[in-house]
Amino acid sequence: MLSQYSLGTNSRKGLNGDYMVTTENNLIIETKNVSVFYGDTPAVSDISLGIEREKITALIGPSGCGKTTLLRSFNRMNDLIPIARTSGEILFEGHNIYAENVDPTEIRYRIGMVFQRPNPFPKSIYDNIAFGPRINGFRGNMDELVEKSLIGAALWDEVKDRLRTSGLELSGGQQQRLCIARTLAVEPTVILMDEPCSALDPIATLAIEELMRDLSKQYSIVIVTHNMQQAARVSDYTAFITADERRIGELVEYDDTRQIFTNPADERTEAYITGRFG
Amino acid sequence: MSQIGVGRIKFGSGLDGVSSMDQDKQVLGLPQRMFGLRWKRNLLEAFIKYGLFLCAILSIFTTAGIISVLLFEAIQFFQEVSIFEFLGSTKWTPLFSSKHFGIWPLVTGTLLTSVGAMLVALPLGLLSAIYLSEYAPRRVRATLKPILEVLAGIPTVVYGYFALLFVTPILRSISDNIMVFNGLSAAIVMGIMILPMVSSLSEDAMQSVPRSLREGAYALGATKLEVATKIVVPAALSGIVAAFILSMSRAIGETMIVAIAAGQNPNFTFNPFVPIETMTAYIVQVSMGDTPTGTIEFKTIFTVGLSLFVMTLIMNLLSQYFVKRFREVYE
Amino acid sequence: MALITEVAFHAQMRKRKIRGYVFYALCLTAVALGLLMLAALLYNVLSEGLSRLSWDFITNFPSRFPERAGIHAAILGSIYVVSIAGVVAFSLGVGAAIYLEEYAKKGTFASFIQLNIANLAGVPSIVYGILGLEIFVRIMELGKSVIAGGLTLALLVLPIVIIASQEAIRAVPPSLKEGGFALGATKWQVVRRLVLPYAFPGILTGAILAVSRAVGETAPLIVMGALTFVPFAPDGPMSRFTVLPIQIFNWVSRPQEGFHVAAAAGIIVLLVVLLTMNAFAVFLRHKFQKGTQW
Repeated sequence: MLSQYSLGTNSRKGLNGDYMVTTENNLIIETKNVSVFYGDTPAVSDISLGIEREKITALIGPSGCGKTTLLRSFNRMNDLIPIARTSGEILFEGHNIYAENVDPTEIRYRIGMVFQRPNPFPKSIYDNIAFGPRINGFRGNMDELVEKSLIGAALWDEVKDRLRTSGLELSGGQQQRLCIARTLAVEPTVILMDEPCSALDPIATLAIEELMRDLSKQYSIVIVTHNMQQAARVSDYTAFITADERRIGELVEYDDTRQIFTNPADERTEAYITGRFG
Repeated sequence: MSQIGVGRIKFGSGLDGVSSMDQDKQVLGLPQRMFGLRWKRNLLEAFIKYGLFLCAILSIFTTAGIISVLLFEAIQFFQEVSIFEFLGSTKWTPLFSSKHFGIWPLVTGTLLTSVGAMLVALPLGLLSAIYLSEYAPRRVRATLKPILEVLAGIPTVVYGYFALLFVTPILRSISDNIMVFNGLSAAIVMGIMILPMVSSLSEDAMQSVPRSLREGAYALGATKLEVATKIVVPAALSGIVAAFILSMSRAIGETMIVAIAAGQNPNFTFNPFVPIETMTAYIVQVSMGDTPTGTIEFKTIFTVGLSLFVMTLIMNLLSQYFVKRFREVYE
Repeated sequence: MALITEVAFHAQMRKRKIRGYVFYALCLTAVALGLLMLAALLYNVLSEGLSRLSWDFITNFPSRFPERAGIHAAILGSIYVVSIAGVVAFSLGVGAAIYLEEYAKKGTFASFIQLNIANLAGVPSIVYGILGLEIFVRIMELGKSVIAGGLTLALLVLPIVIIASQEAIRAVPPSLKEGGFALGATKWQVVRRLVLPYAFPGILTGAILAVSRAVGETAPLIVMGALTFVPFAPDGPMSRFTVLPIQIFNWVSRPQEGFHVAAAAGIIVLLVVLLTMNAFAVFLRHKFQKGTQW
């Protein structure tokens, strides 16, 4: 099942015309002509694409081209920056999360985020994971939920007998898995990952990649990565985003990962993945 | 190096006048040629270094001076007055004919006003700090912070005036039980005086909490209140505690507000409506009087001063301990 | 969702939002209360004292009669005492800061001095008065004079000068100093001609902060023997004296309403002096910050 979206002045149109909307909702997130501005300067412009359910979608491209900005617009984290402004629509489960009366806080736990540098709270492992459910009003069995989340993040065995120790005492890779467990605890449908392995060593990276494949059976994952091999290894779909001379990010090509890496349609994509630039 | 300088003059002067290296040397006041000046220069350097060293160790002498002056006179005091009376009695009447030397009335007076001040300054200061750190837009913060600094810079005698001639009449119009000199008025005004200190130090601690922690909480769907109270404040807690302790130490050492508004009545009480006397106000009282030097009454200045010094020293050291703990997490 | 039902979440969200608004309002109230008190204080002082201000007020000496009381002696005393304190604290303080930042080896001794300075900054000002009384007035036999007062205040504000100057010197980029050393300059030449000019705005700010503090100090001077009723101008460094805050204190402590008004007028003068000094500091800092690219 392939949906092809590519916009921008020089890119190829999709199979069924230049913009395809699916009404049968195999898309968990759809962006429609989304641009993000910092003040008056656009960071990304006119991005339209759809994220497939329960698949891993990678956003690749050279640094500074707006991949992270785009990712952060999915859970309205850009709202935390006073001068940031988003135009266009982003549909989550068919509802526009940038509509007038939507409170960003309401969508954020449903679209979880894992950051580039692991950022566990200076609390115990248990409290790190319990934080999200507690503030969102969870009244069930917290111990069970903590265990379930840690199992889901492939961390349970390593920390099960030191749940009350500080999260900061874990290694880098373990901290990142703790952050993933923390996100799982609030039962999101989408997990956004912003270069989750860039601060980790290769062994920890492989562990996280394996975890990602496991998680995609239940969650839809969008990952921003600099590491093309990682994108090729892990993702089902890949979007290539780059910036022109005006430093404005645009979506160049979006396709099945195999396609992108073996037979890219746009010459810019080809130049990037063969290492000729970026 | 100077050889190179000499060389450049030879080559450079014919072509382009003074080279840039020589311009730099002129700024530094270095002579273009150095013959036989080394021993003079070294002597000057050593002399300067020694002079600066003396400036630096003056601080050690000051501390030593404070401790020895207070101890010296206090020891003499305790040769005449038993330490058990000092620490045991609740009457302090050294200036009366029937003399009692129990420190407790002064201590309760000090604590009454200081704790009262902290009851005002702590909530107001912490809430202000949270507002400035987590809620206020940049421009509002930039205008509010200098205004709070102004509050901190007002001389305490002005606050004393405000306490006696503005706050006290208002309090007395509310309740007839409040005397002209009372601890409550002084405590409230002292609270306002130390509010900027609590606010500024707590805010510094909160600002040191890395942004990534806040983002992690927002990404889990937390509201601003939850981020501020459940993530930022707990993370900054050691720093905030240090701020509280330091501010309380400041309140304990404060003199003029209590000297003007709280009274000169060493009264072992916890009633904020009646006149009391703090340790600091007592020292002022004796200094202004005709107490001859060398008498036991005169020596009370030093014993009370020593007690005050010890109290604030303990609190300052405690506060430094908490600052260290705070820095360890974030550095 | 297994976590909570949609309906429950919305009810929870509403509660959380309300709590958020209430808390925000509380924070604003706290800030507003502080500002309100400041406004009340200024209004009270101005309304009471503004009418009393006059040239006579500044040139008269204190008197038994409130209408004739003036702050002449107090102003002169303040000027003398604070000048002495400022000069002494500035020279010794900057010297100490230079030593600690540029010359001292980082070790236990240097940290011990730092610890000392930090503690001295927290000692109540009245204790400095006691120190001054014993050392300057009695042991050094300077009497309860202007110079003893100046030296007492100098010790009090010394930590402020040191800490501010240290911060300013620490901010000098190492590349600047390395450039000087590479040209064969000695330590002192680098300090005097490169470090100090660069750090000057910060050092100056520290000096003005210290002087502002000194102008407002009352307790230490009372303890070391400044008078509260001085019907004459100080006639030399060994003369007895009073200062403006002490004069205000004296008037506030009297029962007559007229003296309270005089106190308010004195406060206005004091605040104007402080405001001018701080405005001057801000102005100087801006002026010098532009010129660090020399």
